[in-house]
Amino acid sequence: MTRELICINCPMGCMLTAEVEGGEVTKVSGNTCPRGEQYAKTELTAPVRTVTTTMKTAGGKPVPVKTKAPIPKDKIFDVVAAIKSATAPLPVKMGDVVLENAAGTGVDIVSARSMNNA
Amino acid sequence: MKSDYNIIIIGGGPAGMAAAIGAKEAGEDDILILERDSVLGGILNQCIHNGFGLHTFNEELTGPEYAERFADKVRELGIPFELETMVLDVTPMSDGRKAVSLISAQRGAVTLTAKAVILAMGCRERPRGALNIPGFRPQGVYTAGTAQKLVNLEGAQVGKEVVILGSGDIGLIMARRMTLEGAHVAAVAELMPYSSGLKRNIVQCLDDYGIPLLLSHTVVDIKGKEKLEGVYIAEVDENRKPIAGSEVYYPCDTLLLSCGLLPENELSSGAGVEIDPRTNGAFVNDRLETNIEGVFSCGNVLHVHDLVDFVSEESKRAGANAALYVKEGRKGGREVNVTVGNGVRYSVPSKINTDALPELTHIRFRVTGVYKDASIIIKSGEREILRRKSRILVPSEMLDIILKRDKLADVTDDINVYLEEVQS
Repeated sequence: MTRELICINCPMGCMLTAEVEGGEVTKVSGNTCPRGEQYAKTELTAPVRTVTTTMKTAGGKPVPVKTKAPIPKDKIFDVVAAIKSATAPLPVKMGDVVLENAAGTGVDIVSARSMNNA
Repeated sequence: MKSDYNIIIIGGGPAGMAAAIGAKEAGEDDILILERDSVLGGILNQCIHNGFGLHTFNEELTGPEYAERFADKVRELGIPFELETMVLDVTPMSDGRKAVSLISAQRGAVTLTAKAVILAMGCRERPRGALNIPGFRPQGVYTAGTAQKLVNLEGAQVGKEVVILGSGDIGLIMARRMTLEGAHVAAVAELMPYSSGLKRNIVQCLDDYGIPLLLSHTVVDIKGKEKLEGVYIAEVDENRKPIAGSEVYYPCDTLLLSCGLLPENELSSGAGVEIDPRTNGAFVNDRLETNIEGVFSCGNVLHVHDLVDFVSEESKRAGANAALYVKEGRKGGREVNVTVGNGVRYSVPSKINTDALPELTHIRFRVTGVYKDASIIIKSGEREILRRKSRILVPSEMLDIILKRDKLADVTDDINVYLEEVQS
């Protein structure tokens, strides 16, 4: 079976063509870098996404956060709910872990910005 | 306080910061960045999604992370910057310097002077008033970027039931963002038969969440007097005129507009900089210098980019060129025009000095429509400088052709950039 998909790794958006046999991706073409091949393989078997959102802080203004690594696509809403129920301590530095093992994914949530108490 | 500088940079977003770093790394120490916001970083601070930095840092960052890395670098290099500072006017002076008038709490209303000025003011969104949508002006109609700021920086809730007009990247990003914040996004309507956003954003912002993209559709009426109650969306024909009878009513409390970005060139025009009507940005040569000697332009104020990495690269060059200008003055020599032909909407630069070529010359442009298996051709007179076949070319993706010095060294005729389509 041939599947067409668009690589989402970077804004180039390469159009990929993948051959799928028995649930396995056997051949990928159309990619301009190795990330495209990896993307097709993952996307057609166990799709993942990096999630970005904001977490509330004691200071009132929210802080941008992201999953430190991509998480399974079907866990996006669970992870966002876990982030929404947490509060980031201030001050926080870019890269600090603000929530461990979000929604049981084994992936930590890190701050995407340094923020002081103000 | 000091009032005379070698280089003043207007704007402390991605373009301004990269220009400052470029100038500093080229050996210029007397630089000042002026920024109207209370932090460096510009629009990146509210762009909390990821996808930034693959070219620059070889990893995928969020907007705030990308901004913070550049801001850290600005601090590390000891480049002075002044925040909450609004530049009101730039005027070339008779001695070749530029007068930069500004107002800030720190300085009051003053005029500074500089040998070179780098315009890095970015762009703003096309507002509802520029779209000619009939109907009342109820609460609940926002540009996508305004909603993005309210949600991401202020932590505000914008709405629960959302329609988005325009499939620009900010609109697509906000479709996902509003969904993650608990809202329901009923549809994204796009006037054109293709999206003006990046393909990856259609996949990961719309398809992932089952949000329909209605191509060749537009909002024809806005209902609600005090508070938005709903919008009518109609299909449009090939002339972009709504087709009578195709209207569908979408009840909603929020309408987001993502209908294009406009370079913010009021200061440039005031200074006498010539503006290219195709980009709404300055005409520049290959040094990113405008028609006014010592005034440079880069980033989204020059032409709207889709990749911040391209903004940073371009702006670094503008900074280095401004530093060179401070040292050596304007480069004289033979300039050839860069013109565009079939399938190409504009090019930056519009002139190349072939007597003082840098190692690498960038020609950036956008195509006018969707082209499959077309070739990009760059020619000077009868001489073909470049031919590159592309599987797909779309207007939403800026193209960047990099030419080595020897490719352009003995060029004397105008350079023409165009697409050659396959005969079918």
